Amino acid sequence: MVKPDTDQIWDWLDSVPDPEIPVISIVDLGIVRDISWQGDTLEVSVTPTYSGCPATAVIELSITSALAQHGLTNTRLKRQIAPPWTTDWLSDKGRTKLTEYGIAPPNPAGGPSECPRCQSQNVERISQFGSTPCKAQWRCTDCLEPFDYFKCI
Amino acid sequence: MSAAPTAQDATAPLDIDPQVHVEFLLQLGDDALILGHRLSEWCGKAPVLEEDIALANTALDLIGHAQMWLGYAAELEGAGRSADRLAFFRDPYDFRCCLLVQQPNGDFGQTIMRQFLFDTYHLALLRMLATGKGLVAHRSFPSADPRIAEIAAKAEKEVTYQQERSADLVIRLGDGSEESHRRMQATLDALWPFTRELTDRDPVRVAAAEARLIGDPGGLTPIWEHEVTKVLKAATLTPPDLSHFQSGGRDGRRHTEHLGHLLAVMQSLPRSHPDATW
Repeated sequence: MVKPDTDQIWDWLDSVPDPEIPVISIVDLGIVRDISWQGDTLEVSVTPTYSGCPATAVIELSITSALAQHGLTNTRLKRQIAPPWTTDWLSDKGRTKLTEYGIAPPNPAGGPSECPRCQSQNVERISQFGSTPCKAQWRCTDCLEPFDYFKCI
Repeated sequence: MSAAPTAQDATAPLDIDPQVHVEFLLQLGDDALILGHRLSEWCGKAPVLEEDIALANTALDLIGHAQMWLGYAAELEGAGRSADRLAFFRDPYDFRCCLLVQQPNGDFGQTIMRQFLFDTYHLALLRMLATGKGLVAHRSFPSADPRIAEIAAKAEKEVTYQQERSADLVIRLGDGSEESHRRMQATLDALWPFTRELTDRDPVRVAAAEARLIGDPGGLTPIWEHEVTKVLKAATLTPPDLSHFQSGGRDGRRHTEHLGHLLAVMQSLPRSHPDATW
């Protein structure tokens, strides 16, 4: 069989959307850690964002089916937890897409740098948690719109 | 809980009594599972939407930790059981969780106080397992079992966030209105007898420390006391002066009556349909 090179496979996986935030890919999110051929088996290492994130199982299923669509059926998923996932692994492309979608990207200062809608820096936290484990709820005090902030870990 | 794909590392041979190894993992996994379940009982009925979501997210993190700890325990046990099997098909006496996590939710303040007392211990414990941090320098080492250190490092990030939140809420409620202060003091009095067990040197921990699975577990007590004293002071709350504390969860011999009721709810569905998969 023809074994596509791993660069090609990274490209394919870059079109697999995150199930909860479909504007970014699982590669943008930084959860695909490694792709390698082990003999005739393609091994993909995936790391969970949060330990109990319910999207993890869906993500694994999406990877397997995306690879199958490209004719790769002999695949193995490895769940890797070390080193633990960090928002530092979010790609620049991913950060831009998050902002365009209305989600403030993670910021080491501990909160969003600006409102993703009106770019005002006058923002306040509503809740440390949000609609998914990776987000918190914030509000802009200028345009008054609430928005999601991608927590920094 | 779903089955995890292939585990990442082959376990390096460690010179550890397999029973101690498994029991130690059950302590870690059962605390996370039982507290995670307790928090999930708030789902849909917390005082405000944001808190409902926060409690559910914290529950998810803890159940995720339980899945990792119990999955590893099941693997080491080698009896063909899985994390799910351990969670849903053991009886109360086989659980190794501390008494604090079994306590009922009570009002929101009681849930938050329980969470703060546990989070502070949990964070110190995970740091000790992941890095050795918090001990005197020359005795600092991560768990001799790299799998334990890795799971702890993953969980530590999430628990850091949880502890910040529960400490903040304890201060806001304790140093809040007259009514919120009264309730927080009452819940502190009620939960305090269950706190000594958190950092106790029970026989399994002592054996685990001898095998270097964990640093000196006695080192957790001063770290816990320091942080708890600081936060309670800011919250204008005073721990009761007690001479006797409750224990009995770590060997499963004297669980509180609440555990059986909790398990009856948590386990009823899988036990009614033991062959179901989803």
